[in-house]
Amino acid sequence: MIAESGLAALWLAGALAALQLILAALGIARNHDDAMAAVRPVAVVQGLLAVVAMALLITVFMRSDMSVLLVAANSHSDKPWLYKFAGAWGNHEGSMLLWVTILGVAGAAVALLEHRVDKRTLIATLGAQAAIALGFYAFLLFSSNPFARLNPAPADGNGLNTLGITAGSYWAYYELGWGGWWFWDPVENASLMPWLAATALLHSVTVLATRDGLRAWTVMLAVVAFSMSMIGTFLVRSGILTSVHAFAVDPERGAFILALLAIYIGGALILFAARVGTVRAGNTFEAVSREGALVVNNLLLSVVLGLVLWGTLYPIVAAAFGVQLSIGPPFFDKTAGPIALILVAIMGAGPLMRWRRDGGREVLRRMAVPGAAALVTLVMFLIFARGIGILPLLGLTLAAGLAAASVAPLWKRNLRRTPLFTFGMVIAHLGIAVSLAGMASDSAFTQQVLIATKLGEPQHVGPFTVTLDSIVPVVGPNYSALEATLTARRGDSAAFTLKPQSRFFATPATVTSESAIATKLDGQLYTVLGQQDEQGRWQLRLWWKPFVTFIWLGGALIALGGVLSLFGRLWRERRWKRDDEEALA
Amino acid sequence: MRRWLLWLPFLAFVLLFAVVTFGLKKPADRTIKSAMVGKPLPDFALAGIVPGKPGLSSRDFTPGKPRLLNVFASWCLPCIAEAPQLMALKQAGVEIDAVAVRDTTPALQEFLARNGDPYARIGDDRQSSVQLSIGSSGVPETFLIDAQGKIIEQHIGDIRADDVPDILAKLRAAQ
Repeated sequence: MIAESGLAALWLAGALAALQLILAALGIARNHDDAMAAVRPVAVVQGLLAVVAMALLITVFMRSDMSVLLVAANSHSDKPWLYKFAGAWGNHEGSMLLWVTILGVAGAAVALLEHRVDKRTLIATLGAQAAIALGFYAFLLFSSNPFARLNPAPADGNGLNTLGITAGSYWAYYELGWGGWWFWDPVENASLMPWLAATALLHSVTVLATRDGLRAWTVMLAVVAFSMSMIGTFLVRSGILTSVHAFAVDPERGAFILALLAIYIGGALILFAARVGTVRAGNTFEAVSREGALVVNNLLLSVVLGLVLWGTLYPIVAAAFGVQLSIGPPFFDKTAGPIALILVAIMGAGPLMRWRRDGGREVLRRMAVPGAAALVTLVMFLIFARGIGILPLLGLTLAAGLAAASVAPLWKRNLRRTPLFTFGMVIAHLGIAVSLAGMASDSAFTQQVLIATKLGEPQHVGPFTVTLDSIVPVVGPNYSALEATLTARRGDSAAFTLKPQSRFFATPATVTSESAIATKLDGQLYTVLGQQDEQGRWQLRLWWKPFVTFIWLGGALIALGGVLSLFGRLWRERRWKRDDEEALA
Repeated sequence: MRRWLLWLPFLAFVLLFAVVTFGLKKPADRTIKSAMVGKPLPDFALAGIVPGKPGLSSRDFTPGKPRLLNVFASWCLPCIAEAPQLMALKQAGVEIDAVAVRDTTPALQEFLARNGDPYARIGDDRQSSVQLSIGSSGVPETFLIDAQGKIIEQHIGDIRADDVPDILAKLRAAQ
């Protein structure tokens, strides 16, 4: 029954999206007030029903309802609850439902919270949201039903395969210490492209909101950012790019999403070409100015986006001419890498520039302190850490310069009167510097040892002394394992325990390593248990990855900065509105 | 701005649409065949990775007898699956050389101790450079090399038991 209720919610949401579209179109074309008034509540209920459908899908996964095809194919009753929970959207149908749920919630949020824009614009926005959602509801209902039943129901699912593959790739990445967090895989590229476009959009919106410039360009970027998120979905879902490891390729689904792409992106671009002329020219600015720096930021981000898109699609273009090839990290590293480093340098300078017009010499003077910080860092690493690679060195130098430059806008400012979005910018840019430092430090300073040790023998990696205390068999829900107890200690500080496991799964038969990681403020100690050799010693693999934590810390700062600047802007507009009302009263 | 310039984004999208439509319609053969089949092996010289076993250079192949060049790695699960077939081929008198991709000495020693060692030579291809130069896009792959050092065939994926007679026949024909 739960699955049927979910399907019903989905059908209703689809029907409401159709209604919402018709009401909005009617309301705007005929200037019909009643029709327009009904759009908002319909949008709210549509979003609510999408949330209900998603919640019900999560419920069938949590209850391991094996009569639902999707659960049987992707889950297993023995899985830990977190895997069941995440499994709800860790597959094609579930993730498409999540996609449309987020779209529905966004529409509902606009309907509930947006009070500033002109009424007709708002209704048109909700109409467009309904048109897009309608396509994806149709896609879910006609070609990717997440609630389809399986008859007869199997006793249990075959989802452990998936777990095994995940564990296998985990093993390949970490067991051998490939030391990568980015592999330029098509799936990674598909998620990077919308991020690049959205970052460019965020910055160009700043120019639009603060200085009322770059109007047409901002509209274009909004279309591109939205297109990229749809193209990314298409590239991953159609199986068009999965190359050697192709699985579950479904041309029908691919064709369906492609048709949606043609309608929405094609339509948006035709509208742009035909109507952008009606957007009046905004304010202008000098080349050396905050706007100028933001334009450079936009251009560089667009170039990186273009390169990633080209590199991802080129194999298909080549195939059209009968050539088979694949494009790997060397292409992306060599083309996008240097541009990203230039972008980091510009990112340091941009916030130190004045709006509208600035002098080159003044900007250089303001860059003196960050420049000095970068120089000192460079010299320090050249003296104290000789022999690290040129790219990590460049990364650390730029990170130090950027860190100094990103807090510089707060210099000599009254912090209590500094607007929230300025803090957002400072924190986000600082986050990039922190992340960059983490990446560079990880590739420059990681230490790895492989040892065969007896119980009680102290071993050393980086600043740590690690001792193998015991090996005991343990039993998990769907595996048995050998668990090592390691005691690690840095210098004279308190000792801590790590428990890596070597796990044996029965269905299907797999051995995986469950690493144990101790996260410290300044890095991670990473341990993996291997096999026992003939002399009875145990193999251990130990890594010390100094400051690798900074990569994720930086990511969190970037996200926090983004949220702060968004709320800062909303808050300021609200205050302006209040001031206006007070002035009128 | 010229008005026709505004249509450029739409034009770019039409091109993109054409490309992906083609990609979607194209037959589903997604194995990546080496462009080097039928050509002599490119020049390379790899150091050894397992103590006591020689490394591998392109000169080792000429002149000689037809043999197999196996591209593998200790971290590759299908490579474990194909190990018994390689041992069977070795017992049938086939000489097998190997390129170990992105591997380490201890991991490889453990792999050979557990799954058997059919290899005459193993080259240490830490950066995948030789793997890429012979047109291999993954592990495991096996190349049939003739007596003149020319690549005559590429086998993609693990060698199954029913592939063994076929490989033996092809090596015999190359003699």
